[in-house]
Amino acid sequence: MQEQVYSLCFMCSVRCPIKVTVDNGQVQFIQGNSHVPGIGDSICPRGVAGISLVNDTQRVQSPMIRSGPRGSGQWRQVSWHEAYDYIADKLKQITDAYGGRSVLLGERTQLSTHVSKTFLRAIGSPNHFTHDALCKGSLNTACRSLLGYTDGQIGMDYANTKHLVLYGRNIFESIQVKPVRQFSEAMEKGARLTYIDPRVTVTATKAHRYWMIRPGTDLALNYALMHVIINESLYDGDYVDKWVSGFDALCGFVKPYTPDWAEGETGIPAAEIVDFARELASQKPHVIFHCGYRCASHENEIYFRRSIFILNALMGSIETPGGMFFKKGPAEAGGKPVRKLTDQDLPKPSDIRFDKVGTPDFPTPDPNHGVAQMMPQAILNEDPYPLKALFAYRFDPLSSIPDTNYTRQALDALDLIVSIDINYSEIAWYSDVILPESTYLERMDSPQQANGPKPQIFLRQQAVSPRYDTRPGPVILQQLAERMGLGEYFPYTTMEELVDWQLAPTGFERADFKEKGFVAYTDQKLLWDRKTGIKFKTPSGKIELVSSLLEEAGYPSFPAYQSMSRPENGADFRLVVGRCAQHTHISTQNNLYLNELVPHNSLWINAARAEELGIKDNDTVEVASENASGRIQARVTEMIHPDCVFMLHGFGHEVPRAERSYQKGVSDSLLMRNVTDMIGGSPALHETIVSVRNAGEKP
Amino acid sequence: MSKFFLFQDQKKCIGCMACVVACKSRQGLPRGPHPCLVVTVGPQWVGEQPRTAFTFMPCFHCENPWCVAACPTGAMHQRSEDGIVTVDPDLCVGCKTCISACPWGAPQWNPETGKAVKCDLCHDRIEAGLKPACVTVCPTQCLYFGTPDEIPEVRRERYAKARAQEN
Ligand code: SF4
Ligand code: SF4
Ligand code: SF4
Repeated sequence: MQEQVYSLCFMCSVRCPIKVTVDNGQVQFIQGNSHVPGIGDSICPRGVAGISLVNDTQRVQSPMIRSGPRGSGQWRQVSWHEAYDYIADKLKQITDAYGGRSVLLGERTQLSTHVSKTFLRAIGSPNHFTHDALCKGSLNTACRSLLGYTDGQIGMDYANTKHLVLYGRNIFESIQVKPVRQFSEAMEKGARLTYIDPRVTVTATKAHRYWMIRPGTDLALNYALMHVIINESLYDGDYVDKWVSGFDALCGFVKPYTPDWAEGETGIPAAEIVDFARELASQKPHVIFHCGYRCASHENEIYFRRSIFILNALMGSIETPGGMFFKKGPAEAGGKPVRKLTDQDLPKPSDIRFDKVGTPDFPTPDPNHGVAQMMPQAILNEDPYPLKALFAYRFDPLSSIPDTNYTRQALDALDLIVSIDINYSEIAWYSDVILPESTYLERMDSPQQANGPKPQIFLRQQAVSPRYDTRPGPVILQQLAERMGLGEYFPYTTMEELVDWQLAPTGFERADFKEKGFVAYTDQKLLWDRKTGIKFKTPSGKIELVSSLLEEAGYPSFPAYQSMSRPENGADFRLVVGRCAQHTHISTQNNLYLNELVPHNSLWINAARAEELGIKDNDTVEVASENASGRIQARVTEMIHPDCVFMLHGFGHEVPRAERSYQKGVSDSLLMRNVTDMIGGSPALHETIVSVRNAGEKP
Repeated sequence: MSKFFLFQDQKKCIGCMACVVACKSRQGLPRGPHPCLVVTVGPQWVGEQPRTAFTFMPCFHCENPWCVAACPTGAMHQRSEDGIVTVDPDLCVGCKTCISACPWGAPQWNPETGKAVKCDLCHDRIEAGLKPACVTVCPTQCLYFGTPDEIPEVRRERYAKARAQEN
């Protein structure tokens, strides 16, 4: 019997609405949910490949307890009961000796993050963190410093924009289906695309204007753009008068940063910078300088991300059709939001966080997410206090946090590592216990409060029953809490009960999602009046170019520009990483269909520099940083700036049981230095210098 | 010639291969065979701009298909009602003759079944009023499925939009 189940994808973090065709209990086909405007039937390759995730025999099939040394791959298959007992006993010993604060829980932000937060609060630990800082912590801080909102509360009106400007935001390879579909339609109607990246991506090859910028100098370009925009009065005067504070400070600040100066920094001709500023001015306010994702690049990242928002502010494009907009919540539509477990009266932890976020040492990052890459040093230095247990919930510190060897050293110092995972990820393999989670197609999940111009709620509805002995994450955590005597904050035993509890205040019911997979609070688009009604959440109610958030924490809003160092030695390059359309971070390399398309990563290297080094296309090269080295295939090309080499993130897996991806390519995290933008909170993923040599030669 | 036609607007294709995966998942194929393929040329400089060409390559459902002529068992055949070329797995003996006969590499070898497999224009989907799998999922909707006489119209429309933007 065939049926259609409307659900939400989870092959990456975007959660595109999908329609799953199910035949006799088997997933037959996955496509976009065409009831959702702007998506139609479309879905990306990862989304279609969800079918091979469910059916994968190489994923974790039942609870496992380690029987040999960590990472040895010796496992005992156990019952859920035994796994819970094991964890509960260990945790009791740990918390008796070191307190609840010694427990960490890291995860990729997801629909049931409120459940994990509650779990940790019940234990009495402040140490919940997400993968967000690794991805866009500095963007988050930049956004809050200027607008008073987090980046997650901002959307882009791709469908109506006249010009989209992307700084390494590889929209056509790091695919979010709706923006891709909407923007490619906009391009057909004449929207322009400017793309800036030291490497030619698919997005670059679709752009009207592409600049191969010198790595790490985008900030110089932006200061020069501001210089021209202010100098030639190209900004939206009314908007700036009404909504921007600190404009005079900006005018004074950007005076020395002329296009000629920027040409020297960036390699982009001054005349082109001027032309670009003028073109944008003629299209304002329907322009978007995209603030990016996975934008953890440099130690001054925060100032670069701020500069993007400032350009939008000058163009008057914030809360404007064809520009950026603030996502509106249920309250704006007269409705009530989905309830979360964290809305309950939970015990408040009295300790500071492991990463010291929220203290004078690290005042500005978002404590809602924490700063994941601080974990290894906090564990190893027992600073601020001993940390003894880690729950890794679909979060892999070994491949996500820079400097894998250092992270592994820290993990060795822990008394307990528990993974809740679907795949044999690096961290699952290194854990003491693995609790296998059902895939997104095999479980119902917490409802998604989807804010936007039309606030909606989406529901991930279960499409098929679990193939193996797996359970939904929120049920796992509830059962574990129950076993530890902390069940009082978990008013459910099944996902259905949890969803009902969460939906109760909204007036919607589970059955309302059957037909289309979502419900809407309103059929009207909620936009604020850009002349009078934008509700910036900064103390001044304006876009704060001189930021109270930063200044009060003792940081300047406009520090003088500092030039990015150039790799000096003849074999040295800046390591730059990124994504392709077929893989998500570190989690899909072993997927049957996706692995077939992109089985390993290679090292992009500039043709002229490769020739100097005696490296030919497809040669095996050794790439080495101060931390580690690896062997990888060279891709010699003119399509990358001579100062940097590039590799895809997420390869070089070391788990034998994930056979397809085992030892294919090199892990970028292994090579990278663990350094942080201490104001924004992101790791600086492009601050590692590597040397490259032909592996055929003897040194 | 088949009654139907698959048309790709190269300008919009981003080479993501969602089509390739959709085709494989609809046919339940293992690693190896790919009844449609996206062939990438580039990136290379075209004047000042880097450009890449992505060409979508399913079976062309030829007018006088060489694969059909070559097949010794009659497994490879052209449907008289609509010209779609399909392979009948019950008759296929896995001799790979069609694979060597087709100049486009369209028929593929399925190591799991030991038989040939190819693009059959998703005739089951078409008959159910759906679009082919590859066309359905394409994120940029650059693939178009229809009858050959519709194509010039689609082409004209898209070209007119592009012209309007230039002027
Ligand atoms: S799905 Fe569409 S955009 Fe992607 S490669 Fe196929 S034809 Fe091109
Ligand atoms: S398989 Fe090759 S020869 Fe046969 S119809 Fe298709 S393109 Fe033509
Ligand atoms: S029409 Fe169907 S069988 Fe042919 S390439 Fe597209 S998805 Fe594959």
